[in-house]
Amino acid sequence: MNAPAYNFAYLDEQTKRMIRRAILKAIAIPGYQVPFASREMPMPQGWGTGGVQVTAAILGPNDVLKVIDQGSDDTTNAVSIRKFFVKTAGVKITTSTADATIVQTRHRIPELPLTEQQVLVFQVPIPEPLRFLEPRETETRQMHALEEYGLMHVKLYEDISRHGQISTSYAYPVKVDGRYVMDPSPTPKFDNPKMNDCAALQLFGAGREKRIYAIPPYTRVVSLDFEDHPFEPRWSSGTCALCAATDSFLDEIITDDRGGRMFVCSDTDHCEIRRAAAPHVPETVTPGGSEASNSLPLEGGGLGRGSTDSPPVPPATPSPTLPLSGGGSEASTSGVDSGFRPAAGPGMTGRR
Amino acid sequence: MSNLENDRPLLQAEGLSKWYGRQLGCRDVSFDLYPGEVMAVVGESGSGKTTLLQLLSAQLVPSAGRVCYRLRDGAVHDLATLGQAQRRFLFRTDWGYVHQDPALGLRMAVSAGANVGERLMAVGWRHYGRIRSAAEEWLDRVEIARGRVDDPPSTYSGGMRQRLQIARNLVTNPRLVFMDEPTGGLDVSVQARLLDLISGLVAELGLAAVVVTHDLAVARLLSHRVMVMKDGEVIESGLTDQVLDDPREPYTQLLVSSILPA
Repeated sequence: MNAPAYNFAYLDEQTKRMIRRAILKAIAIPGYQVPFASREMPMPQGWGTGGVQVTAAILGPNDVLKVIDQGSDDTTNAVSIRKFFVKTAGVKITTSTADATIVQTRHRIPELPLTEQQVLVFQVPIPEPLRFLEPRETETRQMHALEEYGLMHVKLYEDISRHGQISTSYAYPVKVDGRYVMDPSPTPKFDNPKMNDCAALQLFGAGREKRIYAIPPYTRVVSLDFEDHPFEPRWSSGTCALCAATDSFLDEIITDDRGGRMFVCSDTDHCEIRRAAAPHVPETVTPGGSEASNSLPLEGGGLGRGSTDSPPVPPATPSPTLPLSGGGSEASTSGVDSGFRPAAGPGMTGRR
Repeated sequence: MSNLENDRPLLQAEGLSKWYGRQLGCRDVSFDLYPGEVMAVVGESGSGKTTLLQLLSAQLVPSAGRVCYRLRDGAVHDLATLGQAQRRFLFRTDWGYVHQDPALGLRMAVSAGANVGERLMAVGWRHYGRIRSAAEEWLDRVEIARGRVDDPPSTYSGGMRQRLQIARNLVTNPRLVFMDEPTGGLDVSVQARLLDLISGLVAELGLAAVVVTHDLAVARLLSHRVMVMKDGEVIESGLTDQVLDDPREPYTQLLVSSILPA
């Protein structure tokens, strides 16, 4: 009765070997999409089954796992995947970027620079950057094989002719190691520069599409652009209402139904560390704090992301029942903000 | 281009045949096409015209025979021995292919400017302003108002789409253009304007072209030479005026006499 129902990290060893072979191939050919036999996972596709399979394949008993969703450790997706690995692998988990050996992420790259000891695993919905330009998969494979990437620039051209600038703000196409054009998963283009010459191994898993691709450590990753319209990682500035950071990626949080809003770091760990280091910085913000949001530089519209796609989420406390370990930040999560931080940022408008 | 180079054929077909299983596509077609020369392939539906065009443009693999093309560096290559990458490169630089249905040759969802600029971007242009002005210049040349450069072709009329398709093909200064019924599906007055435009561009740019058509008027207006096809075989060929004014074969006589008097 009490016998463990699952193999370590859920997947059986043969499956893990199969995934590892795909990962090795992906590392050998940076940016190339390697097909793999994606498995059914006990969660819906679209919840990060690709990333979960990659993580399960590389996870060892001594690893320390961090899972983030939109930069945040306490959102539904992150919490359930973390619980999944606690249950099936019993590994240590953390919310601290510095302490983690494997970081599984949806839609963000942590603000803290990663190290050679770490692996970043991305959950990818649509791995094919040319998909919306050329619907035929046979044709896009051919285009990758022959390095015919003129079409990618057609998309950027179209952006400029319609909006006066390259308006692609997430899933911004990159060229890896001077060869393959790659979709960096729906991360904001703010994070693109972090992929370049990154010390950590970056792995991308797309479960539904059955593709794995990778960026090995210290690989050149260039965002595509035009000579007269160069790539710009950000197009507006703002200040985090909690830690006063001006250089991090901000989420717009709806605080009430009367138009109140505030901008906070999307990377919760980054924000908490900054607040712990300089506790005098943040103003205490109350729920529904329209006063606080009035003092923010609203003109910039945060980072330009709309807030229309998700209603205000009921406040959720970072779960104190989570068996957090190895995270020095645990103390700070019970600090000033625990009462109001919504469970999810208002989401990438670009959920595809 | 020196005169010496113009004396050598650009495209050579030798004994081209295509069988679709037991069904004949075309049989034993041979001809030379010289730079600046326009050849029309006429015949009724099912006579193998489009099969021939696809064989010539390396979209189909011939069952027998071969197609040789003289590249810009002067070397003559059998298309079958070129790698796929080279063939595709040819297709988007040195060749053009004008489809009967513009929706096949255009990207209907992106703007006209991007449609024209796609080939330029494919050969490495990375300056938005220059791509756009090249696109506008070409819209001028095919008589589309510059103000329409940001509109997608789905908002264009049939004649404009066909002209946009021509601009998209000619922007890289190809030497050889394949046209499959370029005026099909257009009304008569639009056809006349389009033919006028095509013949002007062909003369101005010194293009070689293979034009497939069932319309003898198109052949007469555009082409220097005519090949008449029936049941997959070439039954008559020669100078356009000669073939159309003094047809030898009974079938050609039938075709010519079936034109309604104007």
